[in-house]
Amino acid sequence: MRVAIQSAPFDIGHETAAFAQAAAGAGAVVTFTGIVRDLAGGLTAMEIEHYPAMTERAIRDITLQAVSRWELIDALVIHRHGTLRVGEPIMMVATAAAHRGSAFAAADFLMDYLKSRAPFWKKEITASGGAWVAATDQDEAALSRW
Amino acid sequence: MIDVLYFAWVRERIGLPRERIETSAVTVADLVAELSAREDRYAAAFADLAALRVALDQDLSDFAAPLAGVREVAFFPPMTGG
Repeated sequence: MRVAIQSAPFDIGHETAAFAQAAAGAGAVVTFTGIVRDLAGGLTAMEIEHYPAMTERAIRDITLQAVSRWELIDALVIHRHGTLRVGEPIMMVATAAAHRGSAFAAADFLMDYLKSRAPFWKKEITASGGAWVAATDQDEAALSRW
Repeated sequence: MIDVLYFAWVRERIGLPRERIETSAVTVADLVAELSAREDRYAAAFADLAALRVALDQDLSDFAAPLAGVREVAFFPPMTGG
């Protein structure tokens, strides 16, 4: 299991290949990548703030839960902070399991929890200033699935 | 002494990322009341507690929680990771 909180960019292909290669015995590897998108138009950057003393521990706890609940062979979470441009990867999750059902479910669970329980805050920067991204009721409701 | 941290718009509204304060507050809610009484910028940040979350020593908690033994309190809006 690896959790990386970093400002540096990462290479999705490289991370996925290395993760899959190291996951001996896995019959399924699922990955998810979150990317900075410009939904409304005019986004110049995304600023991601976090709570350094809490972030890694919170994510480690969530990941350990996923590993034990779905009997994962391995799990990876990379999450960036700092200033990101449109099109850049923000974060990725990878899960390795014997079968695809567990790998998909664990990745889905991790994403729902990272969204609402990992101490990150996103701010969208446009030419007219910055606006904090608000959490949605759906984000919170998604947790009740688990 | 207790370290109080602010993140995202809470940090912006109060105007600083962290401070160390002397307090006799028994619960988080008491601390919020004490800070709100200080200055308008605190009152503005804490106006709607439903829009805020709190962590005690880096674990999510709630406003009714006791502060005994706590070294670090953090206030922030609901998280938007992922």
